[in-house]
Amino acid sequence: MAITGIMRPGFIQIRVLDVPAAVEFYTKRIGLHQVTEGPDGRVYLKSADEFDHHSIVLRRADQAGVDAAAFKCREDSDLDHYEKRVKDYGVAVDHVKAGEQPGIGRRIGFTIPSGHRIELYAHADQSDPKPRIHNPDVWELEPHGMAARRLDHSLLYGPDIEKNLDFFEKALDFRCAERVDMPDGLLAIWLTCGMKAHDIAFVKHAEPGKLHHVAFELENWNAVGHAADIITHYEISVDIGPTRHGITRGQTIYFFDPSGNRCEVFAGGYTYYPDLPTRTWDETQIGKGIFYYERQLNPAFLSVVS
Amino acid sequence: MAPRRFQITLQGHGAASAYEGERALVALERAQGFGQLKNLPRRLPVGCRRGGCGVCRVRVLAGEYRSDLMSRSHVSAEDEEAGVVLACCIYPRSDLSLRLETPVAVKARGERALQPV
Repeated sequence: MAITGIMRPGFIQIRVLDVPAAVEFYTKRIGLHQVTEGPDGRVYLKSADEFDHHSIVLRRADQAGVDAAAFKCREDSDLDHYEKRVKDYGVAVDHVKAGEQPGIGRRIGFTIPSGHRIELYAHADQSDPKPRIHNPDVWELEPHGMAARRLDHSLLYGPDIEKNLDFFEKALDFRCAERVDMPDGLLAIWLTCGMKAHDIAFVKHAEPGKLHHVAFELENWNAVGHAADIITHYEISVDIGPTRHGITRGQTIYFFDPSGNRCEVFAGGYTYYPDLPTRTWDETQIGKGIFYYERQLNPAFLSVVS
Repeated sequence: MAPRRFQITLQGHGAASAYEGERALVALERAQGFGQLKNLPRRLPVGCRRGGCGVCRVRVLAGEYRSDLMSRSHVSAEDEEAGVVLACCIYPRSDLSLRLETPVAVKARGERALQPV
């Protein structure tokens, strides 16, 4: 097995103002399923195409945004390994007991320079619905809504992303698939821990700890069009798209959940291998990099976050 | 029955038709699309349209409205009491008069409220 250590984004915990509205949005519109609701009111969701217990956690709060982005490791011993690496790098590590979220094993957590909390864990129970593994159909449960297949990545906004880049490369073994360099410095980075063009991305922003979007993967470009039909039919607040990113090449649409957290559904994107060089963008082509067809940023891209 | 129609005045820029049950910001965006908002030196600030990002902060100078939950990062309880709200989260119950306010995050950076068109 070539992918070891940190494998992929596992779950993300999002703050929402109205839990029932959020549950309806993420289940009926994005196409996820509710797994369970915890005793503290947090709601746990997953795609029917995911095996693990959950990939989205909704927490009621009076401010929208993101609590934590968590990555799943291959082995429990990886948690000890990365705890040492992170501490040696000079970042404090805390521990979350198994069961703090239903179905999830022990976690380690730390705050990165951009102000976001990152967690690592190695164990997740499986939950239903999930794919069958013997003579599996293409889906076990008929897809609905936008038919999201998995939590794919998040884009987070905050200061000191040069430090984030160094930390993710040196302490967590991520690689930088693409980056945008402006005349006044690094603007954005797309980082991968596996074979996707991005597992997490950061854009430079004055305020720490902000969420730009949470992304779900769809099957293909037609599915992105179907998502756009759903967005219009159900009067979901749309940001931009359907369009394409030059960076990662994903075919995409951006829209907002009922609390104003931006979501993305997308298809495509290239396969990343660890020997690939970093692709770089400059100020002259940044528009094409972000929105390939419009070839310019929309006013919301750099300013609207939760 | 047709929804009740109100007028929302955006001080210094003109007025928009708004309907009962409609977000004030949606009515203003439509008016902007029809060219009914004059002397807008800059783009009408529109973000998530769902109360999370805070860019469409306005002060309600007059009129009755109801509101959705809004992120406390952008509208404090005191703000809300004083009629400082997010235009995307209020629904007119009468004619309204609004004034654009500087978003919290922009104010913290010492910058101006609106983005160049």
